[in-house]
Amino acid sequence: MQITEKAQAEEIIRRSGTDIDKCMQCGKCTAACPAGYKMDIQPHRVVWELINGHVDVLQKSVTPWKCFSCFTCAARCPRGVSPAALIESVRLSVIRQQGENGIAAEEIPEYIDEKMPQQAIVAAFRKYNK
Amino acid sequence: MIYNYYPGCTLSTKAKQLDLYAKQAGKVLGFELKELADWQCCGAVYPQAEDEIATKLSSVRSLAAAAALDGKLVTLCSACHHVLKRVNDDMANDSEVRDKANAYLELETPYQGETQVIHYLELLRDQVGFDKIAEKVVNPLKDRKIGAYYGCMLLRPAGIMQFDDPENPTILEDFLRALGAIPVSFDMRNECCGGYMAIKDKAAAKGMVSDILASARNKGVEELITACPLCNYNMDVNASASEHLPIHYFTELLAEALGVKGVGEN
Repeated sequence: MQITEKAQAEEIIRRSGTDIDKCMQCGKCTAACPAGYKMDIQPHRVVWELINGHVDVLQKSVTPWKCFSCFTCAARCPRGVSPAALIESVRLSVIRQQGENGIAAEEIPEYIDEKMPQQAIVAAFRKYNK
Repeated sequence: MIYNYYPGCTLSTKAKQLDLYAKQAGKVLGFELKELADWQCCGAVYPQAEDEIATKLSSVRSLAAAAALDGKLVTLCSACHHVLKRVNDDMANDSEVRDKANAYLELETPYQGETQVIHYLELLRDQVGFDKIAEKVVNPLKDRKIGAYYGCMLLRPAGIMQFDDPENPTILEDFLRALGAIPVSFDMRNECCGGYMAIKDKAAAKGMVSDILASARNKGVEELITACPLCNYNMDVNASASEHLPIHYFTELLAEALGVKGVGEN
């Protein structure tokens, strides 16, 4: 059975644990986001797309891969919404599908140098892979 | 006083100084860090999704092990502290995570978030006291203009981390003052360094580092301190030659001021 896009959006929102209906689209999250300039869909717009049941556009965007997970968006939100949790939930909807991991173990050697802490490698796997 | 201590994956290898100097300083200040037996990697990133259970289990094991001892667990690495503290909050307040984690782990005593996760800085501030530390300083860091770089993991989300004011933190500046240094506050001290992008998007990390270092230099910062191995790496390796500032783990300066840096090292 094909899951509708709207049902998928509801699942992404539920899984994020954030109360998306509180969002008033003020854009403070986007103003605070240090990775926003790298994103094709800005944090406040991620919330808007999900409210409107749009998932495909988010899954195809670079935004889920550009979030730093610094939680500044949630810290600055006047309504207690966490765009970071929503973006992570969207990313999970991608990487939980077979063959959709964001990073391959074979790639790692080309990214690392002698000083790089293990923490960075562990974090990359946790963020981008299932 | 002996504290159970969670070193994490990086402090035994790439961030040995953070660990070593914390232990040396502890001896002077009257406490010992005792490594928790059989600790497992925290995973480095807190899994935010509500249905992520398996990725939280390794943290729960360490938290439950500490609960069976004296109920306190001291951390040093910002990321470990962040992950352990947030998973602990889930175990205390999220019945779904708690029930599923306990069902999976089949612990002798179900774990319900009883352990107190204490960052080493909190230990210094709340258990030892910065005033007591100041009394024990033998090499004051006189005339050194030091910027405290907080990063993300210790501060946010403030409701759970309860570490300091997330927008205007002062704990590291108070710490520096106790060591006799001149703390220099700068705008971007609580902004993200982009460390998690150090692997996949080095350009993004470099951009963040450049902004933070410019903000620090504008205020006259001559050296930086951090509690995070990834921030330390990123600020060091991804800084341009013209912007680079020396960056130390906060424990290194503590050991230096207490006169034990280099003592007993091999």
